[in-house]
Amino acid sequence: MQSSLRIVWIYPDLLSTYGDQGNVLVLEQRARRRGIPVEVVHVRSSDPVPEQGDIYLIGGGEDRPQILGAERLRRDGGLHRAIQRGASLLAVCAGYQIMGSVFGGEEGQPVPGIGLLDISSGRGERRSVGELAAEVDPSLGLPTLTGFENHMGVTRLGPGVTPLSRTLVGTGNGDGTEGCFAGKIIGTYLHGPALARNPALADLLLRWAAGPLPAIDDSWYERLRNERLGAVLKP
Amino acid sequence: MSQLPLRAQLASALGRTAATLSRATGRGDGSVIGGRVGLLLEPDLLRKLAHEKKLALVSATNGKTTTTRLIASALQELGEVATNAFGANMPAGHVSALSSNKAAPYGVLEVDEKYLPEVLSTTEAGVVTLMNLSRDQMDRAAEIWLLAQKWRRALAGQPVHVIANCDDPLVTWGASTAARVTWVAGGQRWHEDSWCCPECGGPLDRAEGIVNADWACRECTFSRPEPNWILDGEDAVDPHGRRWRLDLQLPGTANRSNAVIALATAAAFGLDPQRALPRLREVKSVAGRYTTVERDGRVMKLLLAKNPAGWLEAFDVTRPDRPIVLSVNAQGPDGRDTSWLWDVDYRILTGRRVYVTGERRLDLALRLDVAGVGFTLVDDFGQAVAALPPGDIDVIANYTAFQSIRTEFGRAV
Repeated sequence: MQSSLRIVWIYPDLLSTYGDQGNVLVLEQRARRRGIPVEVVHVRSSDPVPEQGDIYLIGGGEDRPQILGAERLRRDGGLHRAIQRGASLLAVCAGYQIMGSVFGGEEGQPVPGIGLLDISSGRGERRSVGELAAEVDPSLGLPTLTGFENHMGVTRLGPGVTPLSRTLVGTGNGDGTEGCFAGKIIGTYLHGPALARNPALADLLLRWAAGPLPAIDDSWYERLRNERLGAVLKP
Repeated sequence: MSQLPLRAQLASALGRTAATLSRATGRGDGSVIGGRVGLLLEPDLLRKLAHEKKLALVSATNGKTTTTRLIASALQELGEVATNAFGANMPAGHVSALSSNKAAPYGVLEVDEKYLPEVLSTTEAGVVTLMNLSRDQMDRAAEIWLLAQKWRRALAGQPVHVIANCDDPLVTWGASTAARVTWVAGGQRWHEDSWCCPECGGPLDRAEGIVNADWACRECTFSRPEPNWILDGEDAVDPHGRRWRLDLQLPGTANRSNAVIALATAAAFGLDPQRALPRLREVKSVAGRYTTVERDGRVMKLLLAKNPAGWLEAFDVTRPDRPIVLSVNAQGPDGRDTSWLWDVDYRILTGRRVYVTGERRLDLALRLDVAGVGFTLVDDFGQAVAALPPGDIDVIANYTAFQSIRTEFGRAV
């Protein structure tokens, strides 16, 4: 086993529009607090994606960077090889759409994705902006998802993926579900620092990479979660 | 006194009445409501009010209000200046500003980034000043590459003199369709939104440094234009190579950058730095920003920071030996999404005495916890002040959090 957990952040120069770095920082903190040494690699879009990572993260971005990001990932092939090796991946918003077969470009034109998830996305009628809350698929054993979405995408899930959650508040994929997962790949419209509001999702990624984890003090995470869920889920 | 048609005069007068009422009833400074009433009565009012003025429009993500103030102060050397001093930067605010001083031959208008094309086309301003573009309140603002593209379209083929910061690649791209541009090396501290070429998407190679750092696309010909004006440390260097020590009262690198851009803009109106600079030095605070307020021996320096680039600039003028109070809200004007907190590197606060408050204090608390910065959570600003011993305190707040602190301490300008 290699000495430290390798977290690879893909294309922060293109796809890091709104606090996406938060996911990197949260994973790093939660691993270190458990005594797991961490190495974080930022991969710019002009550089090859390393294959030896354990957890890969890709974030959100504007239309044009999204198209450039998809082209470069396809040409590079490093992420595909890492996933074949068994690495896990959290893909957020524009990054989530890129993982499918197709997504909508600047004028809504279809742009090919990189085909790591059995999904296809297009542009919806209007922008979905606001708080999102959703119940996670029971097989994952996670508490209610909370976060913020800001996108125009509508995503259709194919038979090769399972919905990550069912929305209570917000739009998500657009059909009452939010995000999806397949193997160790998770995609979500919860943009930016999704893991800061969902530490159990961060721990799922860490467990996939490093095995069982001891509990840690979650009090700041829990206080924030309770406040946000309380604000959108009126009793 | 006025060449305005009767209907426009009436609209303008009623607008001023509404503004007075707004101030008298304590609802605000009146600049938005007054303009709205005016626009409702005479939709073409802005065009008419702008018609005979020599106008500068000022736009950017950060520093709009301050730079507008600096330019307006400088132009007072030439004559009276109408300006929207309180940051009401959409057409209603522009109507209000221009109505309040119809006789003024000059106007300096702060313009919201999105509204720049519309306001330029309506006012036919002769000068446009552009400083920076970075991520900001994306739950309601436009994506910045799209914004820059709209600027390009609005400026192309217009008889306008653009003053633009060539250290910001996106601003450079947005300004470069204009027929006449004065380039100012005003610096760029926040690089996170300009790693890629706005023209082709290729990687931008750039020299290290905040100011005067050359940049060029690795894949196409887009590169930093040769600057006409340069901010060099404490000095502005003008196109004739003359060096001017700025000596501002406003603190920090960001304000030195705003000042050199203001000098370049004043020069576009024919005003030499010799006359403009003393006016810039008189500016002490701008709409409460950089103001110092006092309560029970606590001397608090108020800094407004609305987005990650703004927080970097604010940290630049705080003092490491002082305690610091941070206040964050997420109301409409702040952006309802707090994700941007994760783009700010708070580790610079490590070891300082930090108090956290505001409506979204729990978002900030977790952010600091993950950054490994120790802090104390308090219910409100007053509690933080009461918990601190007499002495100097730095305060950084985002928009509505800042306004509520200002309201509590009076609207000192």
